[in-house]
Formats: sequence, C-alpha cells, structure tokens
Amino acid sequence: MKKKLVSTLLAAALAASLLSGCGEVNAPESGTAAATGEEATAEGGEASAAEGEGEAEAEAVTTVGPDSGTHMEMWSFVEAHNTFYAQMLEKWNEENPDRQIQITFTTYPYSDMHQKLIMSLQAGTGAPALCDVEMGQVPNVYEGVDQWLYPLDESMAPYAADMLQSRLDAYKGADGKQYGAPFHVGATVMYWNMAELEKYGITQADVDAVETWDDYTALGKKYIETRGEEGKYFTCVDTAGTDWLWIAMAEYGEDWTGGFDGEANVEIDSVKKMLNMQVEWLNDGIAEVSPDGHIDLEAGFQNILDKNVVCFPKAMWYMSRFKNYMPEEKGNWYITKCPVFEAGQKCSVGIGGTGTVVTQQAPDTALAADFLCYAKMSPEGEKLIWEDLGFDVCNTSLWSDEAFAHDESNYYNTFFRNYPYDVLNSIKDQIGTVMTVSISPTINEQVCNTTLNQILEEGVSVDDALAEAQEAVELEQ
Amino acid sequence: MNIKKLLYSQKTAPYVFALPFILSFLIFWIYPLCSAMVMSLQDIGAVTTEFVGIKNYTKLLKDSVFHTAMLNSFQYMVFSCVLLIPFPLLYAVLMDSNLVKAKGLWKALLYVPALTSVVISGTLFRLMFSEYSTGQLNVLMSFLGLPAMKWLKIKWTSEIALLLLCCWRWTGVNMLYFLSGLKSIDKALYESADIDGATPWQKFIYITIPLLKPTTIYVLTISIYAGLSMFLESFMLWSGNNSPHNIGLTIVGYLYKRGIEKDDMGYACAVGVVLMVIGLTINFIQLGFNGTLKNKGED
Repeated sequence: MKKKLVSTLLAAALAASLLSGCGEVNAPESGTAAATGEEATAEGGEASAAEGEGEAEAEAVTTVGPDSGTHMEMWSFVEAHNTFYAQMLEKWNEENPDRQIQITFTTYPYSDMHQKLIMSLQAGTGAPALCDVEMGQVPNVYEGVDQWLYPLDESMAPYAADMLQSRLDAYKGADGKQYGAPFHVGATVMYWNMAELEKYGITQADVDAVETWDDYTALGKKYIETRGEEGKYFTCVDTAGTDWLWIAMAEYGEDWTGGFDGEANVEIDSVKKMLNMQVEWLNDGIAEVSPDGHIDLEAGFQNILDKNVVCFPKAMWYMSRFKNYMPEEKGNWYITKCPVFEAGQKCSVGIGGTGTVVTQQAPDTALAADFLCYAKMSPEGEKLIWEDLGFDVCNTSLWSDEAFAHDESNYYNTFFRNYPYDVLNSIKDQIGTVMTVSISPTINEQVCNTTLNQILEEGVSVDDALAEAQEAVELEQ
Repeated sequence: MNIKKLLYSQKTAPYVFALPFILSFLIFWIYPLCSAMVMSLQDIGAVTTEFVGIKNYTKLLKDSVFHTAMLNSFQYMVFSCVLLIPFPLLYAVLMDSNLVKAKGLWKALLYVPALTSVVISGTLFRLMFSEYSTGQLNVLMSFLGLPAMKWLKIKWTSEIALLLLCCWRWTGVNMLYFLSGLKSIDKALYESADIDGATPWQKFIYITIPLLKPTTIYVLTISIYAGLSMFLESFMLWSGNNSPHNIGLTIVGYLYKRGIEKDDMGYACAVGVVLMVIGLTINFIQLGFNGTLKNKGED
C-alpha cells in the first residue's frame, strides 16, 4: 500500500515538474543565451544580437552618475552596449548640469532579458526606464504600444533630419510612433575576396562593373570556369537565413509581412525571382548551399577561410566577424554595393539591429527619452558607436565626413581594401526596409525550417514550396 | 509559552517538519500547475487577457508543427529508454563483478559527462556533427572512404546525434542507480545459487534482474519523463529552436517557441497541459503494467 502511494506521488511530482516548463522555461535556457542569442536570431535573417562582442555570460551591474540625479535602470543583453551608454551618460551629465541622471546598467543574457522585460511590462511594474530590444523581439515588446512604451518622436527631433529614415521606420510601432532608437543601419553590401579573385584574372574593375544579378552570374561563371576546381564556388546560398530574400524584396520594394495593416504573402515575385536564380546557380555549380545553413556560423567562417566561396552579400555588421573570427584575411576583402535585378532599383536592405526603448515606467520619461536620443543619435554618440562598437551608424551626415569615415586608426578602415563608409555613402538613398511585425517570426520559421530546404536541398519547385509556406503562414494570421 | 508548547507537541512536530516541503510544493508546483491550466483557456495579449474556452486546444489539434514535435519527443523518449536501461545495467553488472580493474576510474569516467553543461556538450556535438568537411564525423567518413553527410539536416542521422549525446551524458548516471541496486542484493542468494550449480547467465536472469526491479522501474520512470521533456539538447544541437523540417523540435521546444519566442502564453500553456497529460498517461500505464500500482497483498 505504501509503495503504491509513493509511486503515485512520484509520478504526480514528475508530471507536475513537466508542466512547470510553462512558467519558467527560461530556467535551463538562461545559460545558453550567450551562445545562441546571436545565432538563433541570425537564422531568422535578423542577426544582430551578434553585434555584441562581449555577450553577457553573467549579470554585470554598474551605476554611473551622481546620486543627486534622477535615478533610472537600464538593461541590455550586450555588455559592450552598456559600456557605451555609460560613456554617453558621463558626457550628458557634463553638458546638462540641470538635468543630471544616474543610471544603473544591468546586462542580462539575451532571452532572459527580453522575457523579463515583457513580463514586467505586462505586469505594469518592475520594468527598467531604458532597455535594449533586439530586432527579432521588437514585435513582442511593441505589442503594448504607448501603454508600455514612451514615444521618442519629440526627443529625437533635433537629430531626426540626419538619421536614415528607412532605419527609423523599422522601429516604428503599429500606431506610427517611434518607439525604438537604432544603433546601426545593418545595410547589406557585397563582400568580395579580391585576393582570391585576382588569382583567377578577375580585377577590381570587373567587380565594380557588376550592376545586375545577370552580370553577377556571368562573373561567377567566369570565375568557376577559370578555376575549374571541385568544391570551390563563387558564392553560397542559405537554407537557414533569409538575407538573400530580404535583398530581393527591398530591390522590388516588396515586403512579405504586408506591414502592420496588410496580409502576409510569401508568394511574391521578388522572392520567386531570387530563389529561381539561386536554383540555377546551384545547377550551374556557381553556388553551394551554405554549410550549416548560413554564413554567420563557425562552418561559414571556415568556408570563407578555406576560399570555398569568394563573395557573398551580408549586412555591414558582418565586418565584426572578420575582426573576431578571420583576422588573417586582412587586406584581402573588398566591399561593394549589391547587384540589382533591374537598373534603378534599391540595392540594399537594413538587417538586424537593436532598438532601445523608453518604458512608461520610467521615473521621468521625457528625460530618459532625451538622454537616449542624445546617446544614440547625436553626432557625438554616433562617433562613439563606430569607434567602440564598429557599426554602420544611422546618422548619414557622418558618412561623408572625412575625419569620421576615413579615420585610419579605425580597425575596419584599414582591414578592407576600401572604406566601408564610402560604399555606404554611395547607396545612401538605396536602402530599403522589410518590416518586422508580429507575423515575422512565423514567416521566418516556416521559410528557414522548411521552404528553403525544400527548394535548395530537395529540388521542390519554387512555386510549390512557397504555396505550402503561404498556407502555413495563413494558419497563424 | 503557547508557541513553545505547540512546537514541542508530538502531534504537531511532524507537520512543522514537513511544512517547508509542503509550502514549496504548493507554491512552486501546485500553484503554477493550476494557473497553467487556467491560462491554457485564455488568450493572453499585451494589454488584455480574455477567456477563449478550448480554442487553444482545438488549434493544437490542427497544428502540424505541434504534431511533428510530439512525434519527435515520443521517438526520442522510446529510443532513449531502449538504450539507457539495458546498457547501463550491463555496465553496472560488469562494475560489480571481478572482471573490471580500476573500477573507481571507470565510474568517474562514465559519470563525468553528467557534470558538464549541456550547453557546452551540445555545442561540441554540433561542431562534431557539422556538415562541413572538417567536422569530426565527416573526417571519419572520408577516412572510411564514404561521402560527407549533412548530419543535422536528415531525420535519422540527427536522431543518432541526439541519442549519442543523450547516452554519452546519462549512461554513467543510470549505471550508478543500477550499481546501488546491485549492492542491496543479498550476496547469500548468489552463493546458494552457486551451490545449486547455476550458471552466471542463470544467476543474472533469475536473481539480478528480478531483484533490481524497483531500481529499473525508477530509472524507467525518470527516463520517460526526461525523454518527453528534452529540450536543451536539441536547442544546442541546432543552435536554436529551428531545424530543417523541424526534425529537432520537441514538445518543450515548441512550448518555449510559443510562450517565449512568440509571446503567446495561453497557447504555450495548452501545450504544457497536453504534455503533462501524455506524461502522466504513459507513466501510469507503465507503472500499472509492471505492477507498482497494485496492492502489496495482491503480489
């Protein structure tokens, strides 16, 4: 009898602990955030937690500013971001003696932080005054619009004119107000391994001459034919990332999410064109499928180092991957704008990013917003972002500033064969936006888990695979 | 005075001692359980929460991704039970015999994986099973003259990777359970079997296995639970919750995806409740079959 009771209790306790997953799933997950925050989002085509060099392993808490100032809390999932804000806070306090602020900065692991933030916003208490929000999490955090968050429109007015509009748009809420302040553009550009291409007779002039995807394909064919080596390709296409598709959408001015009011539709021409072109590349041996799904993973870096692929499109923040994982490639790489389908199209799209929000729970929302806009949008702040974090800043007035864009002491300015900001400046008006709204995670998930594998790995026709994806997406709408 | 009397009373003492457990059980198990059940009937939005009846459950019935996740978890649970009971039992018997030298070393070696973080071991396995030509498994394949494999993109090869990770991690733990079970078997039984002329095989079948039954049942019960609730291993192996055709998605992974990644707590709770029902059902059937739930007198 006793045994029966014990075993019944045991089974019940075990079952109960299964359910506890509902409320506290993050428990086993917290430790993984450092390792996965970056890649998990990268898969959705929105890599950017990746921006972070020092991903937070443990909590780091620092308080900056005088005790007499208004006290606020600020959270981030990247310690380097908090270090940056702290430096900007010191400058703010120097310049605004009558509006002193004291901020306690806390760094949490990626998913922990977003979860805590959403919970505390929902609960109406416990949220920080200021908080970083990764692009992939924006739809979740923006759900409560102005009941949760404080609009930045007023505070950013002094700087707004210089900021890249398409990037600001990416952080707008469903009500059209600005809730997030961006760090970077994340503009997609084409990275070329010139050192390798030159060995096979392809010069910088040839690369510069590439205007359309047809030119790109022709150059790829030429390279493959000259090289004639098995296992060496011109580029690689992704089964676990949507960057290529985002570029295609921006070029045609389409958006599969349909924005805030529209219906999601993945069966759009731009996506079909890009995928059909990729299938041809695979058939012709110009491209391979990226090992492990996309190029922003260990296997991808190795693929680059082994010279298996010599060019690929990626956002500007991918520069930091060269610094962190492929420093020996210094001097080999050249950056250009991406090719387009038809002349006159936009050639770039902003991918990934961190928007910083001011919550309604801040002790002084206007003050918090003013500081945030000063830190992330003023020329002083933008300079520090480029120096410290190495991002392509959103303040376009700086892109053509000689002292800023051609600074020889900057790592990236000497790493590449040309100045990254020269490329950025040349595509200033050609950077499109694909919105991140509540249906975005569903689309990314379906496309990265199923559709791209079907098309690029299993030979399913583009139309059939996209039709299947559309069905799955509609179920969630 | 009264309090002192209360504390020293023989009647209340047991309750006082049991109170911390009962409180934590109520607060951390029963309350979340009930609240999850209620939440599973709600649509939990950013600002408003409303009751939607069984809508979340009817949606689950149509949700093909959830079905994939269930199948994956179930498969993993079955295979992990098949692998994690006989082999650790065998190792335990070997450790208990005189055939093995340096037992402490072997035990430690087998147990060490359980102490490492799944985050680290999962990452290592991901790199080992990389489809890239320098992944260890592909190096081995090319050594054997076989073509490189895309391990984590194919259902059966990725299942191997998951089970290998699972066995590598848990074999030592289960072995220790069995070892402690073996220690409690009276040696006199083996001696009398020797006198009767029993072979080692007969001793194993007629003495070891039946007397280890309580241990086996315990290991089976926790293995079923662990198999069904597996999450982190697959999360690390695919460096996230997304895998090609969802071959790595588990029920808890799906719960996490819905609750945290998509901030849809109501639906996630419905997933959790279904998981609990499945777990309870399987364990009760299992415990019923092996007689644990029967009255002692009926044995």
